[in-house]
Amino acid sequence: MPIDYVAKRTFQLLLIVFIAVTFNFLIPRMIPGDPVESALQTKIAVSGSVSVDVQAVAAAYRAKFGLDKPLWVQYLNYWGGIFSRDLGVSLVDFPQPVIEKIQAAVPWTLGLLSLSTGIAFVLGSVLGALLAWPRAPRALHILVPPFMLLSSVPFFLLAIVLVFTFSVVVPWFPPGGGFDPVSILRFDMQTVLDVLYHAVLPALALVLGSVGFWALGMRALTISVLGEDYITFAESKGLPPQRVFLWYGMRNALLPQITSLAIALGSILSGAVLVEAIFNYPGLGGILFTAIAGKDYFVIQGIVLMLIFALALSLFVVDLIYPLVDPRIRYHA
Amino acid sequence: MSAITAMPAGGRRSYGTAALRGILRSPRLSGSLVAGLAMLGLIVLLALVGPRFVNPRLAAVGAARPSQAPSAQYVLGTDSQGRDMLTIMVLATPQTLRIGLIAGVVGMAIGLTLGLLSGFFGGAIDAVIRIVADSLMTVPNLAIMVIIAASVGHMTVELMGLTVAALAWTHPTRSIRAQVLSIRERSYVRVARANGESELGILFREVMPNLVPYIAASFVGAVSGAILAAVGLEAIGLGPNDVHTLGTTIYWSEKFSAVLRGQWWWWGPPIVAISFIFVGLFLLSSGLDRIANPKLRLRT
Repeated sequence: MPIDYVAKRTFQLLLIVFIAVTFNFLIPRMIPGDPVESALQTKIAVSGSVSVDVQAVAAAYRAKFGLDKPLWVQYLNYWGGIFSRDLGVSLVDFPQPVIEKIQAAVPWTLGLLSLSTGIAFVLGSVLGALLAWPRAPRALHILVPPFMLLSSVPFFLLAIVLVFTFSVVVPWFPPGGGFDPVSILRFDMQTVLDVLYHAVLPALALVLGSVGFWALGMRALTISVLGEDYITFAESKGLPPQRVFLWYGMRNALLPQITSLAIALGSILSGAVLVEAIFNYPGLGGILFTAIAGKDYFVIQGIVLMLIFALALSLFVVDLIYPLVDPRIRYHA
Repeated sequence: MSAITAMPAGGRRSYGTAALRGILRSPRLSGSLVAGLAMLGLIVLLALVGPRFVNPRLAAVGAARPSQAPSAQYVLGTDSQGRDMLTIMVLATPQTLRIGLIAGVVGMAIGLTLGLLSGFFGGAIDAVIRIVADSLMTVPNLAIMVIIAASVGHMTVELMGLTVAALAWTHPTRSIRAQVLSIRERSYVRVARANGESELGILFREVMPNLVPYIAASFVGAVSGAILAAVGLEAIGLGPNDVHTLGTTIYWSEKFSAVLRGQWWWWGPPIVAISFIFVGLFLLSSGLDRIANPKLRLRT
């Protein structure tokens, strides 16, 4: 692996982290109005205690978090905080650290996202390849219009329709949450089944919303592969059709499909966050929704940083692995 | 007499239908392009005309009896705050389209400028623009927009459009840059250069006109992405404070658990309207893609 390729990708990763942190630091300070003060004001208005001097409390907060120092000192402190995994404290669940909330949420999002993206990717790719394959049953083609329709509608709208259909009209699945609220989260069979049961509808929303995208992409890729000489050669050698389909057609069409996966990961993540918000799922999207409603500013910031870091890191890994998988791609430095 | 007057009219009609059939059969005008244009035309027309026929007071809290199912008096029912859903829908749709258009136009203008600069002049400008655009493309858009929207105290439709536009320029920049790179090596550009045309003259007289289909395709993509992002932001409660949009309608229906309470007339209409807009934009963009990339026509 050429060293300048790795260096370029590493530079890009660091650039994203730098932009994200700087942006996260600057935006609240550039925009007029003080999120800390307005959050406090809402909190006081809700609790009804009039005697509190908001200005004084806010000033105390600012002194505590170093917000009364010059901008560049604050900026350096901000970086220091990130390196020591200190993202501030929740204003709503004071004084719970933001990092604690995020750590509790990440496994939920990771599980839901990898499960549903995995299913959608495999299912969509197989269906898409079959759609392009001349020997595949014609009946499959009725799938194309619904795929087109589903791939153009946002995930979270599907989520609302699914909740209505499968938890209100026919109450088969729970309308939200990640597990049964009366049970205690342990690692036993019952808990695992309960968690899976709660994940069915959110996962279904993500799978239905993205399977069409993979199928249509794979169809186009397979069509372009079918014209290649090696397919004609394999067929005229008399290889069994299944073998030609799997090892000559799908295998070669699948690799560019992985590139699309890397590119689409960002929008899938954004979509998953919104689906979680609809289902009040205990992942990052669910706590983001709660944090926005409660104007819990540091939690919002922490989640945003977390989302950006996670995606940048996973794309970095994909970029490094991909050329190993597909020798046709040369390392563009 | 009647035969004489009828003849040319009939002749013209048959000529007209033949011409129409010719246009419809031309490979440039696919069925999806026409269907997409028709769907979007319909909804834009409704958005332009609709607000003249409704009383905006009915969209205020407590204007009607709350939580009514659709009836003759309230065609789309009322929400649990006593707002008339039909009025809300008629007022909300134009605002959602406006956000999409503002973000699409601003994002496209930035993308076109940067893409042209990057592709035509190359060098250090190209390197900087390319690296920044590539890096931002790997950032989940929602995350950046949440930070901006959460920091803005009073959200308006215009600010919403600009928030979304902050990231809507990366895709147009990339695709315009790639097209410029391929166009500037074509023979007619070389001929123009050999004829002594200035660089700016080549850019505006030779390159730009050939970019039009790509600009149209990526503009539709930008608008579609912008509406998707805006509706998502609104649905989690970061939408404009003082007007109805399709996304904020969904937010309120979520907030008052309309889904669990079986009030389908609250969240149903915005979902139908949003899906209608997206399907229209999708059909239009795949139609435009066929014009921009003629190879696609051969494939499917």
